Amino acid sequence: MTAVLPRLSDAAVTAALDTVIDPELDEAVTDLGFVRSVVVEGTDVEVHLRLPTSFCAPNFAWLMVSDARDALLAVPGVGRVVVELDDHHDSDLINAGLAADAGYRGTFGHEAELSLDELRATFQRKAHTAAMERALTEWLRADASRTEQAVGDLVLADLPAGTSRDSLLSRRAALGLPTDPSSPVLLTPEGTRPAPETVAMTLRKARSVRISVDGNAHFCRGLLTTRYPGSDADQVFRPSIDSALPLEVLR
Amino acid sequence: MYSKDGNDYFVVDAHIALWDARPENQRNIHGKQFIDCFYDYHRNLSPESELWPYEEYLYQGGERLMRDVFVDGIVDHAVFQPARLGEFYERGFGQTEEAWALTQAHPDKLTYNHWFDPRDGEAGLDQLRADAERFQLKGVKLYTADWHGDSRGWKLDDPMAYRYFEVCRELGITNVHVHKGPTIRPLDRDAFDVADVDHVATDFTDLNFIVEHVGLPRLEDFCWIATQEPNVYGGLAVAMPFIHSRPRYFAQIMGELLYWIGEDRILFSSDYALWTPKWLVESFVDFQIPADLTEYAPISVDQKRKVLGLNAARLYDIPVPERLQVADADATATGPRDPDAADKNLAMA
Repeated sequence: MTAVLPRLSDAAVTAALDTVIDPELDEAVTDLGFVRSVVVEGTDVEVHLRLPTSFCAPNFAWLMVSDARDALLAVPGVGRVVVELDDHHDSDLINAGLAADAGYRGTFGHEAELSLDELRATFQRKAHTAAMERALTEWLRADASRTEQAVGDLVLADLPAGTSRDSLLSRRAALGLPTDPSSPVLLTPEGTRPAPETVAMTLRKARSVRISVDGNAHFCRGLLTTRYPGSDADQVFRPSIDSALPLEVLR
Repeated sequence: MYSKDGNDYFVVDAHIALWDARPENQRNIHGKQFIDCFYDYHRNLSPESELWPYEEYLYQGGERLMRDVFVDGIVDHAVFQPARLGEFYERGFGQTEEAWALTQAHPDKLTYNHWFDPRDGEAGLDQLRADAERFQLKGVKLYTADWHGDSRGWKLDDPMAYRYFEVCRELGITNVHVHKGPTIRPLDRDAFDVADVDHVATDFTDLNFIVEHVGLPRLEDFCWIATQEPNVYGGLAVAMPFIHSRPRYFAQIMGELLYWIGEDRILFSSDYALWTPKWLVESFVDFQIPADLTEYAPISVDQKRKVLGLNAARLYDIPVPERLQVADADATATGPRDPDAADKNLAMA
C-alpha cells in the first residue's frame, strides 16, 4: 500500500503571497515582481523575495519577508516554511533572524527599539490618503465644471462604482475610518472633515502623497527590471488614474 | 551659459562628485553594492545615448570631470558635494584631494564643499574648523545614512550634530546640503523621515538647508516641511533625469515644488557622475508641464532661469552678469509659495 503524500496547492501559496503588501508602495509584492521564486515540495514551501536595490530600507524589507512568512504559515496544511531575502545588504541578518524566528527585535538587536507597528500605521494612513486623492481627482477630471471646493461636500455615495472607490473603502476599513455611504470622501490626516476654507489645501496635500507613492512605485518597478532583467514580466501595474497618460515614456 | 530661442540661462550644477568606486578601493561587498545601485539608477533613467559602460562608471578622474561637466560651456559653475562612505571604501568614496586640487586649478568654475559626521565627536569639531579654513567652506554635504562603526545612521537633531551646526554658524558655513538616505537607527521609524530637517531649520534660521533629491522618496513630507520653513531648499539631484524616462512624473514633481516651496528655492543638480549635466539642462529648457495635467500651471522661462542657476548662485555668491538676473518672486516667507501654480481653474483657463 502506498501512501499518497499531500501536496500544497500553488494557488494557495500565491493567494497567501498576494496578501503581502509593500507598505511604502501600498501594492502586493506579487504585483511588484518582488517574488523571485516559489518552490513547493509536498507540504513544504520555500519562497525567495528580491527588491529593487541592495539598499532598500531594511525595516520595510523585514516587514515584507516576515509578513510573507506569517501568511505562508497560515496556509492550511502547510509544513516547513522558508522565506529568504536575496541580494540585500542585510540579507544575512534578516534571513538568519527569520529562520530562527527571532522576531524584529531579536533580529536587529540594538537598532530596534519597540516594534514596527507605528511605521506600518504611518504608511496605512498614507495609503488611505493616496486612495482618497485618486478617487477625488478622478471625480474632478470626469467633468471640467467641477471645482476643487466642491470636493469638500462629496460623500462616499457620490463616487462612481469601480476600482478607485473599492480601493478607498478597503483602506478606510483597515484604519477603522467610516465607510458608510453618507461619510465625507475628503478627510484630514486626523480623519475629520476639513473646514470649508481648508478643502483645497487638504486635497493638495493628499495629492502630493499620491504623486509620491505612485512615483516611487513606478521607479521601484523600473529599478527592479534594470536589476533583474525579465522581471517586468512578473509585474502587474496598479490601474492608474493616469492610465490613459502613462507616467513613463518607454525608450 | 546656455542659450536657446533667444533666452540665456546662467547654469550652476549644485551637486557633483569625483568618486572612486573601483574594486581596489572597495573595502567590502557594500562598496560594490553601493556603486551597483548608482549604476542601476544611471541605466534606468538615462537616454540610451548617455549610457556609460560599467568600467567608466567606477571612476572618472579630474580631466574627464572637467570635460563632462563643462562641455560646450553650458555649465558656468559646479559645487562638489562629497560622500565619505568610509565603511565601504578604503580611501572613502568622494576623493577629497583630487577634487580640491581641481577646485584650486579652476576656482571660477568649481566650489568644494566637504562633509562632517557628528559621530566623530570632539575631534571631528576640530577637523571641521581645519577643513573650513583649508577649503574656505561655504557649505557642507551631510549624508545621514552613512555607516560609522556599529552605527548605521544619524539624525540632524542629534545633540552632537547641533554642536557642529553651531560651528558652521560661527565660521560662516551657511549652506547645509542634506541627503536623507535610508537611515537605519532606530529601525522603528521611517528611514527616510525628514522631520529632523524641520527641527534644525527652526533652530538654525541663519543656515540654509538644501534637501537633496527633494526628499525623494518622501516628496510629500519634504514639501510639507519646506513650505513652513523659509530656510529650506530643494535640490533636484536624482529627480532631474526623470525628465527623460518619466516626463509626466517629473512634471508632477515640478508642479508640486513650485506650489509648495516656490521658484526661489529649487536648485538644479545633475548629481554627476550619476548623470551628466548637458542633456539635463537641454531637456529642462525644452520642458513644459503637459497641458492635460490641469492641476498645474505652466512653468515660465524666468522660473527655469532661477532653478537652473540663479538660486544656487545666490547661496554661493557666484557672480552672475546683471542682464541674466531675474527678480525674486513676490512670495510669502512660509505657506504655499505660489498658490496659482496649482490652481485648477487658472491652469485650465
